[in-house]
Amino acid sequence: MSTHAKHLLAIDDLTPEQIHHLLELTDHMVEVSGRSIPKVPALRGKNVVSLFFEDSTRTRTSFDTAAKRLSADTMNFTVSSSSVSKGESLRDTIETISAMGVDAFVIRHKSSGAPQMVTRWTNASIINAGDGWHQHPTQALLDCYTIRTGLNRRDGFDGLHIAIVGDIKHSRVARSDIQAFAALGARVTLVAPPTLLPPSIADWPVEVSHSLDPLLPHLDVLYLLRVQRERMADALLPSLDEYSAMYGLTAARAAKLPPHALVMHPGPMNRGVEMVVDPGELPGSAILHQVTNGVAVRMAVLFWLLGSGSDLKGDV
Amino acid sequence: MNSEPRVVLSRDDVRRAVTRIAHEIVERNHGAADLVLVGLQRGGMWIAEALASVLHTVDPTVTVPVGALDVSFHRDDVGLRPIVPGSVTDIPVPLDGRTVVLTDDVLFTGRTVRAALEALNEYGRPRAVQLAVMVDRGHRELPIRPDFVGKNLPTSRDEQVAATLDGVTIR
Repeated sequence: MSTHAKHLLAIDDLTPEQIHHLLELTDHMVEVSGRSIPKVPALRGKNVVSLFFEDSTRTRTSFDTAAKRLSADTMNFTVSSSSVSKGESLRDTIETISAMGVDAFVIRHKSSGAPQMVTRWTNASIINAGDGWHQHPTQALLDCYTIRTGLNRRDGFDGLHIAIVGDIKHSRVARSDIQAFAALGARVTLVAPPTLLPPSIADWPVEVSHSLDPLLPHLDVLYLLRVQRERMADALLPSLDEYSAMYGLTAARAAKLPPHALVMHPGPMNRGVEMVVDPGELPGSAILHQVTNGVAVRMAVLFWLLGSGSDLKGDV
Repeated sequence: MNSEPRVVLSRDDVRRAVTRIAHEIVERNHGAADLVLVGLQRGGMWIAEALASVLHTVDPTVTVPVGALDVSFHRDDVGLRPIVPGSVTDIPVPLDGRTVVLTDDVLFTGRTVRAALEALNEYGRPRAVQLAVMVDRGHRELPIRPDFVGKNLPTSRDEQVAATLDGVTIR
């Protein structure tokens, strides 16, 4: 069974079978996480280092928790407290830490492709925890897992209609989600004003709509992206109020969704902008499930890369 | 390696072995009241279920709970070979004070059972843990022995033994 891989850099590196395998592995990790002592010895002695060159609370904590539940040793490396602020290059940083003995780096970087670069400077596994506008693969996997369990779609997403709403252009979450949802068979519609769509999406497996309201009654999943306030400065949006009026999830819009539909958001949320209604009052809100599932999915990824064995010593 | 599998136990032989083991379990434990059957994923599940149904006919007042245990994350060969977990672990009752009968299809090196004993710890402290297997093929690498055996089968290391409800074969 050649489901094994060394790195997790982008969703489009994965086959649909590998995505399914990771989601099945996540079922096991959910069971482990539900125990009174949620810890197994699977990755004892493995060293997992998080290198975050960009702010993050949930992704970083989520990876940290995941590694600890598998008994791996963890080390956190923050840019402000490191030699990076003294001008050390990314390559020197990686090579220095690698020399201490590292099995996996979890990397977030503002530059697209940085995790891919890093694979050339170390023998450790690289997990992309978000690079620029490019990819955020574990977010996509946890989103898939949330839909899989929330809508009871273990075998795939055939026939599901998912709308991703908001700043698609600057969103690594959107890029990863689109690939993952499509790989599992979903129909994906992007909803955004033209200024927040990337210039070329001709080869993306998606449809595009500039208006949200007509879609609502037909959706199985409404996926809201965070509107990054810094985009206002780029004059891509006239005002947050206007965005909210067109695309924000109000109580009236939520009422138009089918009763089974899930509402998802990668966080952190801008209340009053893309999320006008209180998500706690939405029966279909899966946002907290996304966070919970994030830990289990990252356990699955860590176990898959570090624990499930290379094909080299293939005596089963 | 022979490609043609040789039948060691027929379907009826397996059924009779399950019935005998069920009676041995009742005899050893003076009834079935505090038992829990825990099948090792994947191969041990059918034995746990078959034993539970025989135990129910032996003593209709008792329904022995059946659990499933996946030991992938407790193995000592994690990272050395591809590990593909079976179904998710499901222990339906607290194990504290109960007698757990672990079931597996084939007992070989004993390493899976060692991992299972460690994994069980996380679900409580059973009063006792016993081991029931359909086939004991020898070659133990750890000080582990079964309490209940369907058949002792001398094998060489590179032979493959398959034990299901339909019979036991070796190749």
